[in-house]
Amino acid sequence: MTENKQSGESIVPDLHKKIKAAFKSFDYESNNNVDVREIGTIIYSLGCFPTQADLHDIIAEVEEDHTGCIPLDKFLPAMTKVLLEHKFPPIPEDLLLQAFEVLDKQKKGYLEPEELTKHMTEEGELFTQEEMEEMLTALADHKNNYVYYKDLISQLTIDPDL
Amino acid sequence: MGCGVSKSNQFHKSSGKAIRSAILIQRWYRQYVARTEMRRRYTWHIFQSIEYSGEQAQIKLYNFLGYLMDNFTPASNERNLISHIFRENEVCRDAEWERYFCYKNIEVPEIYSGPHLTFPLTVEQAVGLVEAFRNKKQLHSRYVLQLLLETWKQLRMLPNINRISTCHSKEITICGDLHGQLDDLLLIFYKNDMPSLEKPYVFNGDFVDRGKDSIEILLILFSFLLVYPSEVHLNRGNHEDHIINLRYGFTKEVLTKYKMHGKRILKLLQKIFSWLPLATVIDQKVLVLHGGISDTTDLGVLARVDRHNYVSALRPPKKRHQSSASLSVDSDIDEDIWSPNKMFLRRKSLTFLKTVPRDSFQNRSLQDFSDRIQVNPADELCQRRPSVFNLGNAAPEKEMAASVSSESLSVIDEWKQILDLLWSDPMNQDGCVPNEVRGGGCYWGPDVTEDFLNRHNLQLLIRSHECKQEGYEFCHNRKVLTLFSASNYYDVGSNRGAYVKLGPDLVPYLFQYQASSMIRELTVRQSVGRTERSALKVLREQMFAHKTDLICAFKTFDSDNTGLVCLSDWASAVESVMHLDLPWRMLRYQLVPCKTNGGMIDYHEWFDELAIKGPNADHIDQSLLETLYRHRSTFETIFRIVDADNSGFITIEDFRQTWMLLSVYLKMEITDDTISDLVVTIDRNQDGSIDIDEFMEAFRLTDKKSRLERGRSMFMGTATDLTKLEGDPNI
Repeated sequence: MTENKQSGESIVPDLHKKIKAAFKSFDYESNNNVDVREIGTIIYSLGCFPTQADLHDIIAEVEEDHTGCIPLDKFLPAMTKVLLEHKFPPIPEDLLLQAFEVLDKQKKGYLEPEELTKHMTEEGELFTQEEMEEMLTALADHKNNYVYYKDLISQLTIDPDL
Repeated sequence: MGCGVSKSNQFHKSSGKAIRSAILIQRWYRQYVARTEMRRRYTWHIFQSIEYSGEQAQIKLYNFLGYLMDNFTPASNERNLISHIFRENEVCRDAEWERYFCYKNIEVPEIYSGPHLTFPLTVEQAVGLVEAFRNKKQLHSRYVLQLLLETWKQLRMLPNINRISTCHSKEITICGDLHGQLDDLLLIFYKNDMPSLEKPYVFNGDFVDRGKDSIEILLILFSFLLVYPSEVHLNRGNHEDHIINLRYGFTKEVLTKYKMHGKRILKLLQKIFSWLPLATVIDQKVLVLHGGISDTTDLGVLARVDRHNYVSALRPPKKRHQSSASLSVDSDIDEDIWSPNKMFLRRKSLTFLKTVPRDSFQNRSLQDFSDRIQVNPADELCQRRPSVFNLGNAAPEKEMAASVSSESLSVIDEWKQILDLLWSDPMNQDGCVPNEVRGGGCYWGPDVTEDFLNRHNLQLLIRSHECKQEGYEFCHNRKVLTLFSASNYYDVGSNRGAYVKLGPDLVPYLFQYQASSMIRELTVRQSVGRTERSALKVLREQMFAHKTDLICAFKTFDSDNTGLVCLSDWASAVESVMHLDLPWRMLRYQLVPCKTNGGMIDYHEWFDELAIKGPNADHIDQSLLETLYRHRSTFETIFRIVDADNSGFITIEDFRQTWMLLSVYLKMEITDDTISDLVVTIDRNQDGSIDIDEFMEAFRLTDKKSRLERGRSMFMGTATDLTKLEGDPNI
């Protein structure tokens, strides 16, 4: 998708730079290690949309034997492969809209907080209570607490070429 | 969740389709949160990197001015210009000081609606003062001076290190940097009550600069100090320093609010700052100080220093025994101190130099120094020594030199102790290295903390000095707590503030807050966006200010002169010029809003997007404006130094000389004609003096996009006009 004018040789070093930059943001001790719990954030921020199962697989591949740490020298090749193969492509906007509409059975154009909470915390890749509260704080309308999903989708989707 | 049974049955019946939809939404939302978190991190990074590089510039500038001072011949005009900032606060007798700061003949007019103070101060008056400031009243200069005098008398009685105990009260509250943000102090008092016999407080420095109510904060803290001298404790911060105040806003604030007596107030504050205690120890176990420690920090030494000799932490103190007439005739010269540490100690001229015959020095002008700025002062020192000791009658001077050396070493040691205490930052790695980012103090590691606490039989170090997103942060195995009490420090929504309470168990209980009700309205999404936009605006300004260097750097990647570079090269070029170690690739879309040609960036077009608005800038050279803009805070600092009587105006001649100073500092060629052009533009009423504030205000960066948007809103309602604007290639 991005930078397709560049030759194949220069893509990989570019990806390496990108991955390292994201990794470094969470490397608090400056020792090329990050906490395994940050890995989801790092991968997401690189523009990927892995499932929870995907994340588990990656972690199994790169985690340093139950230390809870992920070293850069293992993460870098694994993540490069992910990006080169476009393994976890972004969700197209229209698909996302459909997803919301499925949940909005009465076609109101918005979701009530209780509806959304039930789905998010009881189905699929479950949200924690904290995540749910955060989501409502971020996305729900101030006055009536409804989630007007149509507006949100265009505001919050991924930047291209990231 | 209050749904009936039937509804949950419906959910269970709902298909794989609903589940798949839920999954999509969950994944999408998590991704959004992760990106937001990443953005917040580099926003933070941007502000920090720019803030710190500002502090370093201040110290470098100060050292540079000192260097210039050392090397001018006494007759030089330039020297007089800046010599006064190095003039020592003479230690006068009390009577002299009282006479100088006498408030008694200052009349308070009838129409004054602020608080009236009578001394000794009562708690009702202190509380009344808080209320008055909350209602945006200003305290009359008569009362300010009176209050400051009383404060000074009180502070002089305090030791360098206050030792306090939790046994007489329930809990001690400790606050970090406030930086002139009155709203935060009011919020703390609201949540935690004001100081009282049952509610002791420690305020850990940096009360002033940057925020707009620094003097009000000082007045509040000082009045509570006077009312509850055993319950209120103030530690000095690195911003309780008149040199730093010149640059970071406190000096300006006082002079603006107190036009007639501001200068006296500032002078009195200089003394007061030097008398602020250096640290506080709680129950002999918890040490509270502003910056930090180094591997040489010794509380014993710190307890014994004459702290009031360090009017500014940026220079070593005057040594009294050297005032003998045979050595120095010129009262402007300070005695020398051998400086082994080249990093950030200013090397001063030897008093002995006065006796060296004139022809051994060249008659230097300002311009000659431009290539000497990078010289290693330590080397200089070694070169000079032989000439000093080769003087006739060397014997008595040698002795003096020897005793000066050994005395000087201990003065240096003391000075370093104080510098480290006020300026250091913790780091994650073991060891102790000079703090090159700030230009003063050290970075110290967990091993140093461990060793220091053991040596002094302490269990916790509480410090401030660094802004933290949550208002506080533990490090070094929870042995060091950083506490920062100025919320929204970088921008609305950027960080929370915090204070800590310690009871007899000495377990820290942390309280966080964020001032301004506006914050509570903002959602997570919005507050990150705002802070980020501010950070990026600052960054874009900085990049514009480096335009010439950047274009040069781009050209090295663009040998065919196409005007285009790829993203990778763009990032490398930018880092090589800006040295801010930021993730440029991630920032690229916020910094380069123009369209790209297949992944390539047109760097000329990018710069056209930004434009400087200067005072009738057309006829003034573009690169001059750029330089002025980049160094505007340095320039303003020099301005204020030049404005010796703090009047807010400088003469044309001074302005010209200031510019000469700056051009040497920047290693820039500048002709007299160019300066004259600038002068003509600025001195609009042709009265021979220049208003500093007006001049600085003139340099604001506007970018084309926001100008267009503003322009568009003036045409609202006329659709055809809008489209015309967009299509015009000349805009």
